[in-house]
Amino acid sequence: MQSWREQPAAFFVFILPATLWLLAFFLIPLALIWVISFGERVGPVDIAFTWTSANYLDALDPLYLKLFWRSLWIAAVATAVVLVVAFPVAFAIAFAPPRAKPLLLLLVVLPFWTNMLIRTYAMLAVLRGNGYLNWTLEGLWEATRLLLTPIGLGWLTGERFVPLELLYNNTAVVFGIVYVYLPFMVLPLYASLERLDRSLLEASLDLGASQLRTFLAVVVPMARPGIVSGLMLVFIPAIGTFLISDLLGGPDSQLLGNIIERQFKAANNWPLGAAMSFLLLYVAFALLLVRAWLGARGLRDA
Amino acid sequence: MLRRGPPPGPLDYSRRWWLRAWLALTFVFLYAPIAILVLFSFNDSRRNIVWQGFTLDYYVKAANNVSLLEAFSNSLVIAALSTVISVVLGGLLALALYRFRFPGRPAVEAANQLPIVVPEICMGVALLVFFAEVGWPRGLPWPLSLSNIVAGHVAFSFPFVAVVVRARLAGFDRAQEEASRDLGASEWQTFRRVTLPYMRPGLIAGGLLAMTLSLDDFVITFFTSGPDTLTFPVKVYSMVRFGATPEVNAASTVLIAITIALTVVAMRLQAPPKAGG
Repeated sequence: MQSWREQPAAFFVFILPATLWLLAFFLIPLALIWVISFGERVGPVDIAFTWTSANYLDALDPLYLKLFWRSLWIAAVATAVVLVVAFPVAFAIAFAPPRAKPLLLLLVVLPFWTNMLIRTYAMLAVLRGNGYLNWTLEGLWEATRLLLTPIGLGWLTGERFVPLELLYNNTAVVFGIVYVYLPFMVLPLYASLERLDRSLLEASLDLGASQLRTFLAVVVPMARPGIVSGLMLVFIPAIGTFLISDLLGGPDSQLLGNIIERQFKAANNWPLGAAMSFLLLYVAFALLLVRAWLGARGLRDA
Repeated sequence: MLRRGPPPGPLDYSRRWWLRAWLALTFVFLYAPIAILVLFSFNDSRRNIVWQGFTLDYYVKAANNVSLLEAFSNSLVIAALSTVISVVLGGLLALALYRFRFPGRPAVEAANQLPIVVPEICMGVALLVFFAEVGWPRGLPWPLSLSNIVAGHVAFSFPFVAVVVRARLAGFDRAQEEASRDLGASEWQTFRRVTLPYMRPGLIAGGLLAMTLSLDDFVITFFTSGPDTLTFPVKVYSMVRFGATPEVNAASTVLIAITIALTVVAMRLQAPPKAGG
């Protein structure tokens, strides 16, 4: 590496385009809504900059606060489910025969590159009242009935099949988040499990620890960086999700993202929306700080 | 690899049946909805979820849907422009960070990571406000009318390109540049003939990444597009809101095919270089 003074012309040619673009189309826009979050609405489109904190107080109104908690809660539940589903997957891939690994990884990554809207839409078709999941369940119900009726147990299945209410509720939103963000968890988990020193597992097993104990005492601690990265990669987008809750959620599953969207579109209350966006941003940054802190502690422990 | 024989050893996790079953179930979970969506784009029935026979009608319908087609071409143009600009910006930034010490370097690095970590919706509303407040010209002739969307897409794509290219540059031996200059090549010739060819796989992989990011994006575009500048995902969103039709399935299938092709190419290029490569 050299000092920029040795080749100032080259240095500026390299660094300026990206920096200016970032400034113009990212940093300044963010600064703008930060300022607006302290402004007041004085007309349908006019905003006066009065440095008021009213928008933040409004955003923390019990009505919105409930929504904020709901976002955190749904995101947390979905992230936990993702972790539970993804861990064995990452583990299986990390221990798969080397020849199978690239294919398995490709299978994990492909849905990740498929448009999120399309995947949410696909989920919609699966969960709908007359969708594929209910259709499959109805088929199973018919089969059970056919089996049970001849032996006089037909009444067990009930008179007719009642489709499950799978869509337009919080469970559907959790389901959607799990579906969309699963690859985000598998990849970092895989990266840390792949590097795991197998001789440590052998040592633990040889010394008499059970598989479960080896898993909890050796595998999990060593996979911690991957677990933490995966949790961040799923949780941060999940609290800000707006598409999944919009398409799969019901009237009771409006999340922070939906309410922010409404302030900027239908409700046209930019200052409030801006304040909410920044609250979301602060949560995201706080989580990143936690990760940095955990990372630093992990290094010290090692 | 599926040799039969002694029961799995303690570390032969890949041969344990429950782990395999879990893996298989997860892949079913990931792929079944997409597979159903693709399959039923060929189904000869408008509402029925039961297979009625093969048809390409919905592809014909989608291809004749002018606004859908317009949205599709908008998406492709935006992705192409955003990719080119992102590759240039990301590539140059990666070079600057690879090569130079300068005051404020950690701040520049951190700032360029921000678009990766900031929630999409925050960036989306920020751009919405920004373009409204600076009075970004509206009603420009196509494709200039897409400029605000392209600007947003570049802003969240080029940091990813920079990350990929920097990873590639990490293995670069600057002695090659010195050798080139010692042998009489100019700074520019050295860049063209030595540095750039070395960066190329990173640039291509980063470009494909930028292209998929742009084609995939819904949130940022949703907030920056106007009524005349719909992109494919935004158009599909409004179609879904008005009731899903097999046309949406057909159009989605086309986009899935494009992204899968791009991903496979990108994976190939990102595979570790063979000896001497």
